[in-house]
Amino acid sequence: MSLFLIAALPFLGAVFPALLIRAGRNAAASAAGLTTLLAFIGLMLHIPAVFRGETVYSAVDWLPALGLNAHFFLDGLGFLFAAMILGIGLLIILYARYYLSREDPMGQFYSYLLLFQGAMVGIVLSDNILLLLVFWELTSLSSFLLIGYWKHLPEGRQGARMALTVTGSGGLAMIAGMLMLGHIAGSYDLSVILQNKEAIQSSDLYLPALILILLGAFTKSAQFPFHFWLPHAMAAPTPVSAYLHSATMVKAGLFLMARLWPVLAGTPEWFYIVATTGLVTMLVGAVIALFKDDLKALLAFSTVSHLGLITMLLGFGTKIAAVAAVFHIINHATFKAALFMTAGIVDHEAGTRDIKRLGGLRHLMPVTFTIGTVAALSMAGIPPLNGFLSKEMMLEETAHTIWNGSHLIVPALATVAALFSAAYSFRFIAHVFLGPKREDYPGHPHDPNTGMWIGPAFLVLLVVLIGFASAKIAGPMVATAAGAVTGGGELPYYSLKLWHGLTPALYMSIAATIGGLTLLALHKPLQRVWNATPRPEAKTIFEALIGAFTRLSQAVTDGLHNGVLTRYAAIMVAFTVAVGYAAYRGGSLGTATREMQDPGLLPVVGWFALVVATLFIVAKHRNRLLALVLIGVVGLVVSMAFNYLSAPDLALTQISVEVVTIILMLLALNFMPKETPVETPALFRLRDGAISVVAGLGAGGLIYALLMRDFAFPTISDFHLANSYKGGGGTNVVNVILVDFRGYDTFGEIIVLGIAAMVIFALTEAVLGSKVRAYLLNRKPDLPQAGDAHPLMMVVATRVMMPLALMVAAYIFFRGHNLPGGGFIAGLIAAIAIIMQYMASGFAWATERQRYPYHAIIGSGVLIAAATGMGAWFNGMPFLTSDFGYIHWEPLEEFEWATAALFDLGVFLAVVGAVLLALESLSRFAWQPGMSTEHAMDINPARDEAAKTGTEG
Amino acid sequence: MELLVASAVGILTAAGIYLILRRRSFPVILGLSLLTYAVNVFLFATGRLVTAAPPILNKYEEVAYTDPLPQALVLTAIVISFGMTAVVVMIALGAYLSSLDDRTAMPAEPEGAGDDA
Repeated sequence: MSLFLIAALPFLGAVFPALLIRAGRNAAASAAGLTTLLAFIGLMLHIPAVFRGETVYSAVDWLPALGLNAHFFLDGLGFLFAAMILGIGLLIILYARYYLSREDPMGQFYSYLLLFQGAMVGIVLSDNILLLLVFWELTSLSSFLLIGYWKHLPEGRQGARMALTVTGSGGLAMIAGMLMLGHIAGSYDLSVILQNKEAIQSSDLYLPALILILLGAFTKSAQFPFHFWLPHAMAAPTPVSAYLHSATMVKAGLFLMARLWPVLAGTPEWFYIVATTGLVTMLVGAVIALFKDDLKALLAFSTVSHLGLITMLLGFGTKIAAVAAVFHIINHATFKAALFMTAGIVDHEAGTRDIKRLGGLRHLMPVTFTIGTVAALSMAGIPPLNGFLSKEMMLEETAHTIWNGSHLIVPALATVAALFSAAYSFRFIAHVFLGPKREDYPGHPHDPNTGMWIGPAFLVLLVVLIGFASAKIAGPMVATAAGAVTGGGELPYYSLKLWHGLTPALYMSIAATIGGLTLLALHKPLQRVWNATPRPEAKTIFEALIGAFTRLSQAVTDGLHNGVLTRYAAIMVAFTVAVGYAAYRGGSLGTATREMQDPGLLPVVGWFALVVATLFIVAKHRNRLLALVLIGVVGLVVSMAFNYLSAPDLALTQISVEVVTIILMLLALNFMPKETPVETPALFRLRDGAISVVAGLGAGGLIYALLMRDFAFPTISDFHLANSYKGGGGTNVVNVILVDFRGYDTFGEIIVLGIAAMVIFALTEAVLGSKVRAYLLNRKPDLPQAGDAHPLMMVVATRVMMPLALMVAAYIFFRGHNLPGGGFIAGLIAAIAIIMQYMASGFAWATERQRYPYHAIIGSGVLIAAATGMGAWFNGMPFLTSDFGYIHWEPLEEFEWATAALFDLGVFLAVVGAVLLALESLSRFAWQPGMSTEHAMDINPARDEAAKTGTEG
Repeated sequence: MELLVASAVGILTAAGIYLILRRRSFPVILGLSLLTYAVNVFLFATGRLVTAAPPILNKYEEVAYTDPLPQALVLTAIVISFGMTAVVVMIALGAYLSSLDDRTAMPAEPEGAGDDA
């Protein structure tokens, strides 16, 4: 199976559990299991090649320009990890099916788990370090979801956040480190990087790159001082802890160190940073683990300790230590996952995982007892189990290690750590399973059903088999993986067997075991001492640190975003001007290549009107109605200018938009204060004036410079001019661009317009649904109202004009393809024709006669445009390819049809609907009871007579 | 002619920005409208100023045409800016009616707001 597919399978499979959960929990679990199994089988098919020492490649180019490619490769190391991830994944999926309760959303769980699994497989198979980084971040994100799976538990949420913060920031550091590494090696492909040991180790960037990459690895693998997140992540359901925190995610950091071992290891920097961190972590984790009463916390710290052990071995930088590291990775995964699952079973059946409340379970849960005991003895390093073998190798290596001139310090500390390790392993057995049976368990302890214990039992079987026949069972795997870690070449002589003779390691082992038993015997007084000693609490420090960061960013945000929108606008304008100025200073301006055109009288008059109106708006903007009238003047001059400067389409559009905009603003102004008070001090106004004058100078100067020069590059407009008639079938090039060349843009535009109208409608609904409605209903108009709301003359005139205006719209629409006009303009004109009826005859009268809701008109417009576009598919052409032809019907003249006209119809409808929906929404604010009249032309002589007699009489 | 258009763009921009920097919503809307004119004319003018040469193809003789592309862009920009103005007007109106206050600055946040627990 292609490596690409193996990495992709879990991601693809992640969809199924979420969907299948409706079909039951078994369906969801089977889907997850089958996907994993398929990927696992796919991986196993590569066994022959991998064990021959070959490397399997699979490459798909993704973003070659960035050096980011989906290149995968599989060697011994990748195979070992992928097999662990998928194999233990299978056992976990089985275990979780029985562990999770009926209330837990199991579909989600398996989806998250598969996402995580995919990300992990991606890490270990990636050949490209950028791709590896993507997967790396994905593991942080998906593990966040898994740790916080029990959303109702605050510990779960906090633990998830802490894990994400720590591993996420480590990941950021690693990105920087990896980029440096890729920069030194000249490639982002691991297979190239791994060949460049000399270049990398002699580079000045070696140390910074090393530190940054190690930060990523240490945070992920919970190395001291970043170890604190792992115990808090134990708030996750036990299957997650067993999977992420024993076998996979925390091993990702180790994997990375092993992967880059050939190019990074072997220097004093590597030795002192990595080996020392590993040694300290191993010791600290082992000591804390002994004093934890929570079973999972004990296992978490023991995991920290064992991860430290492996890190230390990798840090030694010798090939034989690397072999030991690989061997211990395998052993640790087997016994630790089994132990976590055992802890989960105890918790599940006895109702607690507090060691103080447990004990004597060996009679009640014999199967669990057997599994737990064998696994714990392996963790303690007792022969003939596999933990003994690798611990023995580790101690042997420490005995040959010189740290800063001292022969003694590393072996001594390692022995102490092994001693504590033995002690907490014995405690796990003694205080949970041994001792007298108790009467006060919270639950009714009994062995779980087979589905739950079969997974750990299988792992424990491996523990025993590897212990007895290590060379046969684990030998080839260790050799292949270690060969990959050390970068090929001959491995030094080693042998995986129980009896090596009377070596120093054996004496250290014996000392550790006896010491461990002694510590267990003395546990009670020691625990009292431990509880009495003050020590820093990592969680408190972490939270204080995060709190400080939060306050800092809050202060920065508050300082910049104080809620004064004016200020944001001022900053943005000033910044834009500054950037423009910098560009102006940085570039060079060529000489003018165009002649200034003589304007003639008319443009000067127009310019004069525009400038005077604009200046008056600024001076008189406090009188809002006046300013609105003057804005109309500006709009009119602009549309005339468009017409004068060879843009008839723009002139038509501008003038009709002008009408609806002014109506809209008048409607709004009706409800708002008519005057703007003087609030800003004169100095501030001066400052604003200065900003705007500078910005105006910039904009004016820029366009002036542009206007006086020819195009710097050949324009694409020539293509449009040349093909408008041939390819689009229309002579109005602007319209052909809109409905044909750039039809996709126009399609987007009408959708945006429709959305804007919907937003206005929704806002109206929201505002009118609030207390504002009462205010509006009781509002007394602040200006005198017209005595006759619907004057006879106006009503008659608009009704007569309605068909005429619609006729004009139709005319403009149909000629649009060849002469100025088209859907946009026709839509605006039709909208104005209808608005006139609202204005003259009243809202109620017009609403009564409106047959189709405007939403539907917008929707049908978009749908017609889309259907037209899709019609091209039936001709085997891409979306929105237009077609046209000519029809000759006697006795009519020959005329043209084009699918673009149908598209334009969609535009027309969308524009009509959007404009009317916007204005109708605003009009609804004005509605008050008693406003609707039966007759729009409500001149009623009888009423007037009655009023007259009323006043007289 | 070029000078007239450029100076008009400059004046419209300046006036628009000045009004946008006011503290009440209505002048800000007026300012946005002025700025919209300025931007539209600016974009249109990037096709250079040509009189009496609309981009309507003449089937019968060879004539010069102005650049049609900026026109097409500006045409949709005009229509979209109507939609934008309408939304802004509606937001301003809703805000005013809800609080009977048309200042654009947000009121100072009460202590402790925005804390996540």
